[in-house]
Amino acid sequence: MSSGVQDTYDRAVFGTWLYILSDFLFFGTLFAVYAFLQKGNDTNKLFSLKYAFGETLILLSSSTAAGLAGAYLHRKDRRNTLIYFFLAWILGAGFAALEFLNLFSIASRNYTWDQSAFLSAYFTLIGTHGLHIVFCLFWMIVLLLPLFFTQIRDVDVRRLTCFRMFWQFLNIVWIFIFTIVYLMGVDGYYG
Amino acid sequence: MLGRLGLEALKHDWIEYMAGVSIVGGGLFILVIITYFKLWKVLWKDWITSVDHKKIGIMYIVVAFLMLIKGLIDAIMMRAQQAIAVGASHGYLGEDHYQQIFTAHGAAMIFFVAMGAIFGIINLILPLQIGARDVAFPFLNNLSFWLFASGGFMIIVSLVIGVFAGTGWTCYPPLALPKYNPGVGVDYWLWSVQISGIGSLLSGINFLVTILKMRCPGMRLMRMPVFVWSVLATVVLVFVAFPILTANLGLLFTDRLFSTRFFDAAYGGNPMIYVNLFWAWGHPEVYILILPTFGMFSEIVPVFSRKRLFGYASMVWAILAILVLSFIVWLHHFFTMGGGPKVNAFFGIMTMVIAIPTGVKIFNWLFTMFRGKVQFSSPMHWFLGFVILFTIGGVAGVMLALPGIDFQLHNSLFLVAHFHTVIIGGVLFGFFAGFTFWFPKFTGFTLDEKLGKRAFWCWLIGFLLAFMPLYLLGFMGATRRLNRYDVADWQPLFIIAFIGVWFVFAGVGLQFLQIFRSVLTRKERIDTTGDPWDARNLEWSTTSPPPVYNFATIPSVEGRDAFWESKKTGKPLSQGPLEDIVMPKNTACGFIIGFLSFVFSFAMVWYIFWLAIASLVGILAAVIYRVYGEEHEYVIPKEELEKRL
Amino acid sequence: MKKKYKIATLILSCLVSVVGSIFIILRSDIPVLDPKGWIAQQEKDLLITTSLLLLIVIIPVFVFTLGFAYHYRENNPDARHEPNWEHNSIAECLWWGVPVFIILILSILTWKTTHQLDPFRPLDSTKEPVEVQVVALQWKWLFIYPKEGIATVNFLQFPENTPVNFTLTGDAPMNSFWIPRLGGQIYAMSGMRSKLHLIANEIGDFRGRAAHINGKGFAGMVFTARASSEEDFYSWGESVRNEGSLLDFASYQELAKPSQYVPVQYYTVNEDLFEKIIDQYKTPKLK
Repeated sequence: MSSGVQDTYDRAVFGTWLYILSDFLFFGTLFAVYAFLQKGNDTNKLFSLKYAFGETLILLSSSTAAGLAGAYLHRKDRRNTLIYFFLAWILGAGFAALEFLNLFSIASRNYTWDQSAFLSAYFTLIGTHGLHIVFCLFWMIVLLLPLFFTQIRDVDVRRLTCFRMFWQFLNIVWIFIFTIVYLMGVDGYYG
Repeated sequence: MLGRLGLEALKHDWIEYMAGVSIVGGGLFILVIITYFKLWKVLWKDWITSVDHKKIGIMYIVVAFLMLIKGLIDAIMMRAQQAIAVGASHGYLGEDHYQQIFTAHGAAMIFFVAMGAIFGIINLILPLQIGARDVAFPFLNNLSFWLFASGGFMIIVSLVIGVFAGTGWTCYPPLALPKYNPGVGVDYWLWSVQISGIGSLLSGINFLVTILKMRCPGMRLMRMPVFVWSVLATVVLVFVAFPILTANLGLLFTDRLFSTRFFDAAYGGNPMIYVNLFWAWGHPEVYILILPTFGMFSEIVPVFSRKRLFGYASMVWAILAILVLSFIVWLHHFFTMGGGPKVNAFFGIMTMVIAIPTGVKIFNWLFTMFRGKVQFSSPMHWFLGFVILFTIGGVAGVMLALPGIDFQLHNSLFLVAHFHTVIIGGVLFGFFAGFTFWFPKFTGFTLDEKLGKRAFWCWLIGFLLAFMPLYLLGFMGATRRLNRYDVADWQPLFIIAFIGVWFVFAGVGLQFLQIFRSVLTRKERIDTTGDPWDARNLEWSTTSPPPVYNFATIPSVEGRDAFWESKKTGKPLSQGPLEDIVMPKNTACGFIIGFLSFVFSFAMVWYIFWLAIASLVGILAAVIYRVYGEEHEYVIPKEELEKRL
Repeated sequence: MKKKYKIATLILSCLVSVVGSIFIILRSDIPVLDPKGWIAQQEKDLLITTSLLLLIVIIPVFVFTLGFAYHYRENNPDARHEPNWEHNSIAECLWWGVPVFIILILSILTWKTTHQLDPFRPLDSTKEPVEVQVVALQWKWLFIYPKEGIATVNFLQFPENTPVNFTLTGDAPMNSFWIPRLGGQIYAMSGMRSKLHLIANEIGDFRGRAAHINGKGFAGMVFTARASSEEDFYSWGESVRNEGSLLDFASYQELAKPSQYVPVQYYTVNEDLFEKIIDQYKTPKLK
């Protein structure tokens, strides 16, 4: 990359890191609220750990695919970039479907968010994560569309790298959700 | 079709009608003026779509001044009410109206006057002081401004259509929940703050990347002007604190629209969650407001003392200490909510500890004057007023930091006096000093000094008359947010305060006159050198006003006060040959997204959900257009630079 | 304006302000500085101590500000000008060190007094305390005396020199209970139980009010707290029992409906109303 393009790339990546940190704090607030409201509630009734573990594996695979896509992206390998991002997309869409299915099934068993603060926290935390995932799925299409028509340009490398970072951040948030909501909830950790 | 919006939304009492008519009339008048002078094209091309940090900075300040007028009128109305509403009198404002006024006053002043002024000055000065051509993300900068403006506009619209919240600017649940406030007021507050908050967060990230990635060659961190250090600390505070606010308001939003139960004690929720989260944002917020002001004074005092800033390293460490400490004091906003003595004492002690680096800074400024040659320009007037007022307000703050004292004075007018003293004496006086100091840089002429000094005295006298009585009223048992009271002893003090606010109003009037007169007589005070004050840092090394690219060649520095040293030694700053400059292109997308955000907010307030979805789709479309459709840059060829030189 | 007139105006306005302030202060009733209860007395002492300590900082700042500005003014030929003097270790040590020292003293004072003045801490007294349960409503205060079996609205009476143990809750938006002459405030929130311990050391009527905005009728949410002799307290209790209508949970719910500027009312109580009010906010957990 030329120095001007490199500068723009550096700033974009650094800016994305900062945005990710701020979004992490946003989720952190939701986590704190969730942990506070979890106390005294038996979350076993709500969800199965196996299901959550399945979701985790799918999202982790999606993240791996995105990582590989990123490597090919920097090599300007259009074909493989598209293939691996597509894989990441499919897995991500599958995860999102499972995540929302989880919420629907709980709601259909009459555990809706308006019944207690704890349920509000559960739905809001999972739902916010789900909305982030859905938006990213949409955004991935927006960013990948040009690649069907042109070779990978510098601007695509920059945008898709920043996107990949954000996608992997969402994965890390999910790991935290898996730990704080599912693993710790099942253990009776919250008392 | 129109959600819960109906003709009743336009029904108000006669005072509100007057306000609405003046706002709409004033707005129409401005539109007529623009049309008559055929300024639409210039406005669109050079301002609304501009991604130039200098233009954006000026727009922030314009919005801040407009919101200041609104906030001041609110203040006059409140003081008038409290001057007469004693005993049997209900005053001239009903409770609902009065409660909306103080809520709108607080929200407008904090989120739009103070934040607008601060972000305006940072936009104007930061890139120039670090020797950069613009901020890291110019489009984002433009977008942030329009989100900010759209949030402010929501408050204005609530004057005409519907009502504003009556909960106080902090909008605590349970009062803010639909059970007690089902109407549109709280929603107006929520969306106004939420949208402008997103703008602030994006600005924070923007400035942080700018400082860390775009300093000119040679400008190591310990060579940066202290103003830049203060901005660095400020934007770290922004980007840590604002996500908390976004999340908190998001929870209030879902509680109101989707019946979640975060803050509803009847369902296991707890309003203390809101209080904690609000102040976890809220305390860093007040440091976000004051730190840039400290930075501005660190620039101004050396120039008008003809002397180097005392204790540069100390100043930097004090800023960093304030940054870290501001995250561990938030509970002092609610000592009275039963946190227990250990928790209260801890937070009280931490709050007092913050006074230490703050005091250090004051002494460093005073000792910058020591053995200097002090020129009593109007920025120095504002500085001296600041030191006196901020010390008083700060000491009041340290008193409030002791839970034992706070138990008596929490939510009293003593508290109101404290925070107005530090915000007006600190943020506002600092902003006025900075505005006067840097005005010639962006316009090419200085402001009329005499009018500036008269405005200062009006502000100082007005402030003292308006707020010193409030300290006493706090001791007399007066709480804040009262629309009437039954203690005759309080009335004389409220009358004095009412007189004070008119002095402040006169001060603002003089400031507008100052700008007006200065423009008319500008030929007498033209800045031909770019450096009218014989100042110290890089922004003065370029022309007044600077060209759109700031510097023809990026300067290279070898120490602090680089421009000052260059003047003394005769060695020029810049190196390197002239090259083509790549500049970011203007764009309408920021304005469109900002405008659609306003439409979205309005639709969400009134439950016009199809419109909300449509505006979201529109925003997405604008973003996609930005990604696909636009050329983002243009090139200024070096031949053109040679011609200008 | 000529310089001497400017200075004359300045001095005159300062004098007028000082004299005017003293006049107003002497004529006014200032509860926080004129306490009638032990807690408020401690809080006032703390206020005075803190102010005096902080004067150690304020006075130098004011002196330096005005002094340096005056002495080092541009056209003063007697002033030394050292344009590059920017560092002095002793000076820095002084103004990092002295504030640290002052804050250290204040911190110790804070730790001690925060524990001593903790609203939840019962007062040291040999007398049997009066128990009052406070319910913050829209827009009035309900006071229940569980031992005496009475309840009042917007009026409170207790014997002097006797500790009063308040237990507070709300059935309304967040509220704060404050009797400035007797002590600091404490918040009263729905579903929660807070405590306040006050004592009146003199007979008298003390004004109390809500200190946190809770809606339209906020300004009217004032009440009177009366400290009387013990005999007067008991006879008052008797008269309330005789005059008062029964406040059961159903009539309580009527009372709890929003109303403003409610006059003093008396009731008798024969059930644990306070617990029932708090129970309204108990959610079953997900089990």
